[in-house]
Amino acid sequence: MQRIGVFVCHCGTNIAATVDVKAVAEALGHEPGVVISQDYQYMCSESGQQLVKNAIKEQKLTGVVVCSCSPRMHENTFRKAAASAGLNPYLVEIANIREQCSWIHKDIATATDKAIILGKAAVAKVHLNTPLNSMESPVVKRALVIGGGIAGIQTALDIAEAGFEVDIVEKQPTIGGKMAQIDKTFPTLDCAACILTPKMVEASQNEKITIHSFSEVEDVKGFVGNFTVKIKKKARYVDETKCTGCGLCTEKCPMKKVPNEFNMGLDNRSAVYIPFAQAVPKVATIDPNYCMMLKTGKCGVCSKVCSAGAIDYKQKDTIIEQKYGAIVVATGFNPINLDKYDEFAYNQCPDVVTSLELERLMNAAGPNGGTLLRPSDKSHPHTIVFVQCVGSRCDDEKGKPYCSKICCMYTAKHAMLIREKYPDTEVYVFYIDVRTPGKNFDEFYRRAVEQYNVHYIKGMVGKVTPKSDGKIDVQASDLLANEQLHIDADMVVLAAAIEPDKTARPLATMLTTQMDTNDFFTEAHPKLRPVESATAGIFLSGACQGPKDIPETVAQGSAAAAKAIGLLCKNSITCNPCVAHSNELMCNGCSSCEKVCPYGAITYIDKEFRMPDRTTKIRRVASVNPAVCQGCGACTVACPSGAMDLSGFSNSQIMAEVDAICK
Amino acid sequence: MNKNLKEQVLRSSGVNVLKCMRCGKCSGTCPSYDEMEYHPHQFVYMVEKGDIETLMNSKSIYKCLTCFACVERCPRGVEPAKVVEAVRLAAVRQQGNNHLKPTDIPGMLDEDLPQQAIVTAFRKYAK
Amino acid sequence: MQVNDNFEPVIVAFCCNWCSYAGADLSGTNRLNYPTNVKIIRVPCSCRVNPMFILRAFQKGADGVIICGCHPGDCHYTSGNYFTRRRITLLYSMLDFLGIERNRTRLEWVSAAEGAKFAATMEQFTADVKALGPNRRLEDLRCRKQ
Repeated sequence: MQRIGVFVCHCGTNIAATVDVKAVAEALGHEPGVVISQDYQYMCSESGQQLVKNAIKEQKLTGVVVCSCSPRMHENTFRKAAASAGLNPYLVEIANIREQCSWIHKDIATATDKAIILGKAAVAKVHLNTPLNSMESPVVKRALVIGGGIAGIQTALDIAEAGFEVDIVEKQPTIGGKMAQIDKTFPTLDCAACILTPKMVEASQNEKITIHSFSEVEDVKGFVGNFTVKIKKKARYVDETKCTGCGLCTEKCPMKKVPNEFNMGLDNRSAVYIPFAQAVPKVATIDPNYCMMLKTGKCGVCSKVCSAGAIDYKQKDTIIEQKYGAIVVATGFNPINLDKYDEFAYNQCPDVVTSLELERLMNAAGPNGGTLLRPSDKSHPHTIVFVQCVGSRCDDEKGKPYCSKICCMYTAKHAMLIREKYPDTEVYVFYIDVRTPGKNFDEFYRRAVEQYNVHYIKGMVGKVTPKSDGKIDVQASDLLANEQLHIDADMVVLAAAIEPDKTARPLATMLTTQMDTNDFFTEAHPKLRPVESATAGIFLSGACQGPKDIPETVAQGSAAAAKAIGLLCKNSITCNPCVAHSNELMCNGCSSCEKVCPYGAITYIDKEFRMPDRTTKIRRVASVNPAVCQGCGACTVACPSGAMDLSGFSNSQIMAEVDAICK
Repeated sequence: MNKNLKEQVLRSSGVNVLKCMRCGKCSGTCPSYDEMEYHPHQFVYMVEKGDIETLMNSKSIYKCLTCFACVERCPRGVEPAKVVEAVRLAAVRQQGNNHLKPTDIPGMLDEDLPQQAIVTAFRKYAK
Repeated sequence: MQVNDNFEPVIVAFCCNWCSYAGADLSGTNRLNYPTNVKIIRVPCSCRVNPMFILRAFQKGADGVIICGCHPGDCHYTSGNYFTRRRITLLYSMLDFLGIERNRTRLEWVSAAEGAKFAATMEQFTADVKALGPNRRLEDLRCRKQ
């Protein structure tokens, strides 16, 4: 038999002014199972809590109902009080008679009636409450960072700084990401390599950081604090531990006609290559699609010249399995493919380039050694047209519906750098809107206009036509002058929209994290939890969550690191005990619950059951991982057999509340 | 501003002019731009404002080649050419208002007149 | 149907813990009045509301049931309210089939910041149910309290 205590709070006059608290206490005292029903001035005060504690001890209560303010306010207070008196905290229920009764009603009689009904519902629920214990789940003190761009590097450095082991998985042969390809950064115009490469070196020298370059995440299992990840180290045909990065093999390799992806295919590299001089790790990689030895078995020059004996043509992909407590996603972005934009002639004319290609053309380590030359005839361009919003803010299937955020600023940067270095060049920028919300951003853009005399034209380029004399006809509208322009340009630069990396989507499936329709990872809360995914233990860093510039990426990288450190610091995590559980005897293994679970908390196990006729039978039944389940209850409704239930909000408890209210 | 006229143009074109983000790519791509007094982006904006009579009285509606370059290239899927076409239709129908009423038909009937012509005439000259 | 001025409907409101329950608290904090007929049951997410609970409420004599959740896309559990939306849509067609007035059941999105909307919604819903009169079709007379 239950022994329930009811405690009605006056909350000064907040409740007592419109609810007859004595009548409520009196009425609830007659409910079945209620052995004590009291009212008090301030239940949440020290002496009010003492009242509850004493009653629990003296009356040997098995359940407590507090009629007071919102449970969002003081549920924890009373749970703690109950726990200190030796009662399981989850045997306490709150009836909200302040926010949802006394404060909104004026008539004492009806408000009192409602308060009594709310109290009865709480009593009915507490009858069915069961003691719940929070589970503890251990935390593996190691983090995984997926992606080795500036976001991933920053996150890894910060986590390592806090004393935890971090692994970076990067699919390219070197870390550095997009920032390594960039020439200068806005709005300070300092060189990207000068600020990035020291960080790359720092990451490689930090003994807490392990870099798995040329590797990909193959499989993720487990849950917060305890992920098991399979990482595929792709064969690079060079022994990383032996290669000194001298680069002799890359010089001697006879196969030199391979498009250099680091320079956006604007020049060629050899089949065995180091992406760029400051690559980390500085280890050669053989491209199996071009290497003569790997393709035909005839060559072997690199292995002959390598004094370290690092070349290994027989190397195979290897799988590493490692346990992690936290995972940070930093998969970054790519410019979109412009093949579908025929009007900009990107595929027809080599002098129509994307902004990232222009970065390489202007970079000292780029194909032209830092001199801006037209890719077609290596001549100096005198008229350059920049087109903004190419593929951004597009409603159709060719482009992206969002603003790519960084294009306005890097276009201003490019325009300014070109005017600075080559004052005889005319630079036109066609814009729809110039968006420069950022510290010193608008000043930067104004400098491009006022100091560097870049021609900003409000309008859009409609058609780009390469001409036989090598010039490019750019047909565009000038909306403010209300005229159509034809510009004889030497080069056209397209500010292509950016999109999440293609590997992000399969990764999100592996991690059971959510993505939006554009394949950006969705944060747990758009304002208050911007670097956590909705899946516990998975954090988001950089442009994989949305378009970002470098300072924002670094800030978010550090924020994600802080969140990961907060998790790794704990020896174990306390889980919310109000989670789903499945009644194995009722479960028929239909998988309905698994499909609706947003966290992947439900798995299926084959379990042996003893049948009535003394035989045993193996059946497939649902099993909820309480450490992963967040207790939303979606599965309980999806379950056709009623096997799935939610502790703390069970079917019978809610039904009891419904019954009490409807009586 | 004539609200009914705006309503009619929006309905007959099926275009949502509010999707326009005023980039001007339609005018940037238009081959008969120089022939026109009002340009494709102005058509969209003026229809949004409801300033349709001005467009109907302008020669610009007959300068549009209906090449659909603007429709093809509009990043927001606004389809300016359809707006131009709808204004043109509005102009034609308005003229029809003065010309053809059902009561006039019996007097104008001719034995050799194909029935299709009557239907076509109705479509063109009646509201 | 004849409108009885003295008829006071019983209305059960299921509110998700993260948005709508907080919205209801906010309307309390702002002292926004709504009828006493509405009694709120707290659930972790609107997707915890089994259509069975709604039918049970009607069976036990409730005259209206309203389910409040976070706005689509704002669900604390990411996708819970989408499930709710689908389930309630299906329940609607079942109730239509049974001949139960559509206005007795409602699904509403109320965020934690929309105290005023919560109060207005409850006011309106109570008025609608009042106009419909007592729920006779689904009420189980055996469940009626003497």
